[in-house]
Amino acid sequence: MSGALRISGAGRLSQAKTARFSFDGQSYTGIEGDTLASALLANGVHLVGRSFKYHRPRGILSAGAEEPNALVQIVRDDARKTPNVRATVQELYDGLAANSQNRWPSLSFDVSAVNDLASPLFSAGFYYKTFMWPKAAWKSLYEPKIREAAGLGVSPDKPDPDHYSSRYAHCDVLVLGGGAAGIAAALAAAETGARVILADEQAEFGGSLRFESGAKIDGQDGFAWAQAAIARLRAMDNVRVLPRTTAFGYYAQNFVGLVERVSDHLKAPGHDLPRERLWQVRAKRVVLASGAIERHMVFANNDRPGIMLAGAARTFLNHYGVAVGRNVGVYTANDSAYAAAIDLKKAGVNVAAIVDLRDNPTGPVIDEARALGIEINFGRAVIRAGGKLRVSSMTVQPKNGGGERTVPVDAILMSAGWTPSVHLFSQSRGKVAFNDETKRFVPGTYAQDCISVGACNGTDGLSATVDEAYAAGAKAAKDAGAKTAKGTKPKVDASESWSRGMLGAAPGAGPDTTVKAFVDFQNDVTAKDIRQAVHEGMRSIEHVKRFTTNGMATDQGKTSNMHGLAIAAETLGKPIPEVGLTTFRAPYTPVTFGAIVSHARGPLFDPTRKTAIHPWAEAQGAVFEDVGQWKRAWYFPKAGEDMHAAVDRECVAVRNQAGLFDASTLGKIEVVGPDAAKFMELLYTNPWEKLELGRCRYGIMLREDGFIYDDGVVGRLAPDRFHVTTTTGGAPRVMNHMEDYLQTEFPHLNVWLTSITEQWAVIAVQGPKSRDIIAPLVEGIDMSDEALPHMSVREGKICGVPTRLFRMSFTGERGFEVNVPADYGQAVWEALWAEGQKHDATAYGTEAMHVLRAEKGYIIVGQDTDGTVTPNDAGLDWAVGKKKVDFVGIRGMARPDLVAKGRKQLVGLKTKDPKVVLEEGAQIVEDPKQAIPMKMIGHVTSSYWSQNCGRSIALALVAGGRDRMGDTLYVPMPNGVIEVEVTGMVFFDETGGRLNG
Amino acid sequence: MLLIRCPYCEEERPELEFRNAGEAHIARSANISGESDDDFEKFFFIRSNPKGIIYERWRHMHGCARFFNAVRDTVTDKFVMTYKAGEPKPSKLPGVAK
Repeated sequence: MSGALRISGAGRLSQAKTARFSFDGQSYTGIEGDTLASALLANGVHLVGRSFKYHRPRGILSAGAEEPNALVQIVRDDARKTPNVRATVQELYDGLAANSQNRWPSLSFDVSAVNDLASPLFSAGFYYKTFMWPKAAWKSLYEPKIREAAGLGVSPDKPDPDHYSSRYAHCDVLVLGGGAAGIAAALAAAETGARVILADEQAEFGGSLRFESGAKIDGQDGFAWAQAAIARLRAMDNVRVLPRTTAFGYYAQNFVGLVERVSDHLKAPGHDLPRERLWQVRAKRVVLASGAIERHMVFANNDRPGIMLAGAARTFLNHYGVAVGRNVGVYTANDSAYAAAIDLKKAGVNVAAIVDLRDNPTGPVIDEARALGIEINFGRAVIRAGGKLRVSSMTVQPKNGGGERTVPVDAILMSAGWTPSVHLFSQSRGKVAFNDETKRFVPGTYAQDCISVGACNGTDGLSATVDEAYAAGAKAAKDAGAKTAKGTKPKVDASESWSRGMLGAAPGAGPDTTVKAFVDFQNDVTAKDIRQAVHEGMRSIEHVKRFTTNGMATDQGKTSNMHGLAIAAETLGKPIPEVGLTTFRAPYTPVTFGAIVSHARGPLFDPTRKTAIHPWAEAQGAVFEDVGQWKRAWYFPKAGEDMHAAVDRECVAVRNQAGLFDASTLGKIEVVGPDAAKFMELLYTNPWEKLELGRCRYGIMLREDGFIYDDGVVGRLAPDRFHVTTTTGGAPRVMNHMEDYLQTEFPHLNVWLTSITEQWAVIAVQGPKSRDIIAPLVEGIDMSDEALPHMSVREGKICGVPTRLFRMSFTGERGFEVNVPADYGQAVWEALWAEGQKHDATAYGTEAMHVLRAEKGYIIVGQDTDGTVTPNDAGLDWAVGKKKVDFVGIRGMARPDLVAKGRKQLVGLKTKDPKVVLEEGAQIVEDPKQAIPMKMIGHVTSSYWSQNCGRSIALALVAGGRDRMGDTLYVPMPNGVIEVEVTGMVFFDETGGRLNG
Repeated sequence: MLLIRCPYCEEERPELEFRNAGEAHIARSANISGESDDDFEKFFFIRSNPKGIIYERWRHMHGCARFFNAVRDTVTDKFVMTYKAGEPKPSKLPGVAK
């Protein structure tokens, strides 16, 4: 026997297969097939946690996913410490180690339980009221203390070592929930040949057939029928059966998210198994068979360990073979708890008394209970439970008052009725309707192609459920395009049936009382708290929820929402539907980040783009920086050099000898077609029709609002062919922008656009020796200044491979950009590098590139512009075709605000102290002595130490900047004010002579 | 995730393949540089933002890369229909009572 409360002959587990486990360091024995909850109960352990706010001792309330109390931390190893695992869901494996949460120093003696005595301080909304004054205490005292006390469980502090997988699936019929209804629907759909997926959150299918001992289908015990039906379904090629799989989210157009727990139940999960698998299913039809959740009775001290839902006690007995006590009491407002009393009594457990709030109910279960000799008390209430760490008694009183009687018990089974699980239906945007007779919210208006069947649809009784579900499964398959079913409907031979019950607080916990009668166990919300929220002015149920936190914990109020709503409605004096139901949102139960993220973490979080020359740069010890998804060589440090020294050396070498730079990441688009020039005229500010073949032009692209969007050098290779370059980061959006106009505004133009960014590797060779380095390797291109002047392009060969050789410069030096097919990129680079060595050339990275261009006042779109800068603001009026009547941005650029005086203009800044380098983004003011807040007239956009200039240099956007040449402005910084002089944007070689140097 | 029918591919494809591109049927003037400030404001800045039926542009970015138009209900997030760029605004919508 594994545990003193295991009943010989009861349940479905094989007693032979024991499993050792520990709880709070204490060793116990359970049976394979147990949940942690059933194994603890078998050992007589009810006390499993402390509550969130009052630190009250708590036990196991339920036997399923709705569990609010029994949250534990499962510790597999140093990195695997999963908090807030519901003990009722966690399957037992040999060696499982679990710890209780929210207690210190121990579960039976918890210091913070003093909160329970101080509970008047912690009533509804106490966060909003208690911690108001003094204001300064919030940051230093209240917030840190609250953060320390709040939260459930402890997060693991190491990276998650498990892996997760993700699958997409399509099906005709997706059945969610694998109880009698779900199985019947899946059978009907599967028999038509339709593609069916059946998912259930439990390890074994059967739903409430696990505990309904009175159910008989097709001549078998209900649970046995379920297993046989699942075996049939598994054997069918058109059916996928997913146990341990929770549908957590229902999204648009029948897109449903499910998470399958693949290996959390295994003793030693192999690394070949993911921990969890995310299923993203698109279903033509969805059948919702999510069942119903039993509600507890709301009475004083109803949270004492040993008090649990009647259906849960039945599950523990009939499935796991565990008696939840030896002398149990029953408190109910509907028939279903009688079945629990009967089952326990037959198993040899003493049932001290059934207390039924109803006056004179009749029915077969009542007769049977009476026949078994169980004491039944109608019209009476349990007004309080005794005991602290475990319930010890229940005090019974006639519901309209009168003499009290205390009955000793070691467990209380309670049932206030069953709440249909409309969570997924509601997530699908369906509207629920309130059935006033049965006091239940049931599916009303559907928004998607789904249908609810069985208990979640408010259908009572197994026979009606199977009929409804079988018909719905067949119809769903037919609607999804399948043939008519050939199967036979399961025949229900015997069933249990119950309905009704009560909502809200029971007698003894009414408006005139101050007892702790819990509505929401996980967030410690009592009936009194809800009434208080209404009295303090909360009218909408959404406000009551947020003020009291009813239904806001990890269980999302699965057991508490209806009680909370009923109490609020009663206090407001309004019918329930007028108070409304809070919105059900995904996820149904908590989902791990691991399942959602799956493989998309670490290096797979985002694609990494590397150029053809990347391996060479890596071998040279380059330091890389991220530019969008690209890895770019930032600088090439030599032994002993820091970044500053390396960049200084690279900058000087380019101007004195030559430098090689990997410019492959530049966006490149080929614009081809008879109307290519017309198209370029419309997309860029510059004139293009007259650009000669083999020449280049610096182009500016605007958005329709007149602001700079991108820039780049464009070469004309043929009358109908332009090689367009864009910024590295701008390539995709420039392509999108061009395609948008071509397809939708200028579809009459005969033009094709092709992204060629990855087809061409680009090697920039810049500096006075650049031609000497390239020339020996080039065939078929005259490299003289006359034949190949600055801003021209030729096609020919280099190192025997095709090249588009651009003569252009982003450094101000004589320069070339060698385009070669990417496959040859590294080979041509290495050949150029070898030539370069004869001329003391250096490799330089993006940082030196930035400094060199800033020395020449060449802007970088996105750094020196920010989406609010016009060509005129940037000093680029010369690049706007004055005679043009149309291009994208021409009208936007003429808007009154964009031509007004005093706009921020791009200028150069020199610090008065040449050694001081400004901070990029620093604000600029006219008068540093003015009162704070100062009037800011601009900001620094680029700033570097320039070794070539022997001083710092900066670019800035300054209001009316071009009228301030020579003026002194100020940059206030935390360590003092920096004086700067406004200058032109060119700091080096103002005449531009070096382009041909 | 929505399913969107691309009128060029003639297939329903997942939303991930598409990019929204703003409201549809806002024509760019052939004489844009001659437009008044008011007209340009209407063209460039003013959008209808309706509760209900919206006509909007989408691009089948990771598919055929074509821009097309769609009619969508902003309340239910359901696509009523899609049609090719350049086709007129549909006067009758399937299944929508006006």
